[in-house]
Amino acid sequence: MSGNGFFDEMHGRDGRVRAPYSGIARWLKDTPGATFEAKRQQADLLFQRLGITFAVYGSTAGTERLIPFDIVPRILSGSEWRKLETGLFQRVRALNMFLHDIYHGQEIIKAGVIPSSQIIRNALYRPEMKDLDVPANVYVHIAGIDIVRVAEGEFYVLEDNLRTPSGVSYMLENRSVMMRLFPALFHDNRVAPVAHYPAELLRRLRSVAPPMADSNPTVAVMTPGPYNSAYFEHAFLAEEMGVELVEGKDLFVRGDAVWMRTTEGPRKVDIIYRRLDDHCLDPLAFDPDCTLGVPGLLSVYRNGGVTLANAVGTGVADDKSTYLFVPEIIRFYLGEEPILNNVPTYRCDRESDRAYVLEHIHELVVKETQGSGGYGMLVGPKGTKADHEKFRALIQADPEGYIAQPTLALSTCPTFVDEGVAPRHIDLRPFVLTGKDGMAVVPGGLTRVALTSGSLVVNSSQGGGTKDTWVLED
Amino acid sequence: MLSSTAESLYWMGRYIERAENVARIIDVSHRLEAQGRMHGGTESEWSAVLKILTAEAQFSERYPHADQESVTAFVTIDQKNPSSIWNCVYAARENARALRATISSELWECVNSTWLGLRDLDMAGLQARGAREFFDWVKERSHQFRGVAHGTMLHNEAFAFNRIGTFIERADNTSRLLDTKYQLLAANTGEGANADPATSYYEWGAVLRAVSAFRAYHQVYKDVITSERVAEMLVLRADMPRSLRFCFDNVTSHLESLSGGRQLECERLAGEFRARLRYGRMERILETGLHDFLEEASSRIASIAIQLSKDFLMTV
Repeated sequence: MSGNGFFDEMHGRDGRVRAPYSGIARWLKDTPGATFEAKRQQADLLFQRLGITFAVYGSTAGTERLIPFDIVPRILSGSEWRKLETGLFQRVRALNMFLHDIYHGQEIIKAGVIPSSQIIRNALYRPEMKDLDVPANVYVHIAGIDIVRVAEGEFYVLEDNLRTPSGVSYMLENRSVMMRLFPALFHDNRVAPVAHYPAELLRRLRSVAPPMADSNPTVAVMTPGPYNSAYFEHAFLAEEMGVELVEGKDLFVRGDAVWMRTTEGPRKVDIIYRRLDDHCLDPLAFDPDCTLGVPGLLSVYRNGGVTLANAVGTGVADDKSTYLFVPEIIRFYLGEEPILNNVPTYRCDRESDRAYVLEHIHELVVKETQGSGGYGMLVGPKGTKADHEKFRALIQADPEGYIAQPTLALSTCPTFVDEGVAPRHIDLRPFVLTGKDGMAVVPGGLTRVALTSGSLVVNSSQGGGTKDTWVLED
Repeated sequence: MLSSTAESLYWMGRYIERAENVARIIDVSHRLEAQGRMHGGTESEWSAVLKILTAEAQFSERYPHADQESVTAFVTIDQKNPSSIWNCVYAARENARALRATISSELWECVNSTWLGLRDLDMAGLQARGAREFFDWVKERSHQFRGVAHGTMLHNEAFAFNRIGTFIERADNTSRLLDTKYQLLAANTGEGANADPATSYYEWGAVLRAVSAFRAYHQVYKDVITSERVAEMLVLRADMPRSLRFCFDNVTSHLESLSGGRQLECERLAGEFRARLRYGRMERILETGLHDFLEEASSRIASIAIQLSKDFLMTV
């Protein structure tokens, strides 16, 4: 089933079943196709009934739909996972140190590792954060690091998501649906559990309460509202953690604290796990036209009356132009070699890189420096001549707005599609938590799969699906 | 609890109940139609449906005249009628969506499945399903909603707000249903000793069936159906689940649990109304006129609803 020069997670390159997949390969062989079809329909029904849907921007077909769920799991061995885990901790630890530094002494700029223009002129840099101390110096409490694999033992970080990464609810629901559909599989394979993620998250959020909070701090999840694409996830996490799900209108600032409007009057909030962007947090401090936030929130935050997770201003560290410097960032703060590599990246604001990109655009993936979610990107080999021309013009008009990367040979994983079980390209987003007492990552993550044959775009907004992700206990 | 959460719970309860009530009201007229006992021409019976729902004006904007098909379409699947069953379920589901972190997943699934069963329904689909079957389905979904809420939610303040929504809506509906039918049927059948027993049996029988009280009536009164007793049953009986008394016994007890010793105006208003229902006598109410009594009841229910929002939703 492998072929086309791609590394297949089940069959490697030579067609022999790799060890972590031996149980699933047998299962695939022994299970009749009709059973898969029936189970897939059952899964669709479960997701539909549970209302696990997401909203698609710019879609005319309706504002809600299901993310397709594929019933063939993606599997990592215990040793593969341990290497990923170490690399993820290293990377997120360095990024937190980087954020603390650029909002304080800026040693990394003084040392000449990163040009100051890269930081100060970045639209995601928040001068409001300068010299502000956040509890335990943690900026990124929740990170979603996108990882792709191209060969045995060869993983690359594609993107760091350090603002409001989403998808963890799918990791949890996919597992719970798999266990419901195929209980026997979990009996035969030793799969590390993921269900404790909300408990880990809550513990770490509570660990970064503001100094003035009492010993039993109040956590709330803040959502832009039911029409946000990830609303289901916000509600899911609040429910699983047993904390309030609030919108801006449920909160107000009085004195040096943030309060929730309750049926019994105001109640103080200490830690806000906010799932809306910096610019919407406070209309007095940021975008006055965004009404989703809380007037005065930033001033309370700056006075240490409330903790925001993630901190304000983390976008400067996950911006695609900063991404280029992450290996240097790791070396600078930790004195270690990066365990997980970056994908080689061309910066369109560098003349030689730009010339290369313009010439080779048909073989590159071009991304907006500050974009996310697969919007506004070009996959060169899939694009038409007109697409190439359009992006050439865009790059020339705004070189700083774009980066380009070689089209990666993303690994494939067997996937149940209309024509049966066939290889489809996948990636992986594990979720890394950081609190006062250290870091955690539950074994697994969100595996996204491009359901169209040959497609390399896994984003759900672009028709991708998801899989349950197994880490085997060895 | 967040005020906005309380508000969503309350409205989720109200909208599901309203969907059920609309189904019950239109069901009465379908029953009468099937029995061929529509009085004063069919027009007035179908107009009565609109009157109970205070939707005459909205209806006449888009439909030339009120007959079985137009009124049925208007109150069931019409997406432009804010009180259609379609819109009630839609609104209940939107509120439930904002409550994903509060209500049990079973309750969300119940509301969501109801919505999915209705979302794409059109008139052809409704006729294929059978109008009466559809009304039964709506009632069943509402029964399920209450049962799931009762059996899966913590019986805490969230539950109380949901129940208060249910009973405020039900009381309002019972009051309006009884008022409209009483006026219409008194004109047709005469009152008291002049009433035609056969007409009373069918007409009031349909009303009793609409509120699931046909059998209960016979268990309680063991006698012919009279308008006075129907009124007594729907206003004063403490054991009749759709009576005003029953609704307000529930509203006051839930408010008591919510107020937690605070002096709340809504609790006082509800208690005052409940006292009237508890200590009232049907003969006295009929002497001064049932219509006046029910009109006052409706306005009291409305003020209590407004006061509820002042006491719980606008606390800051």
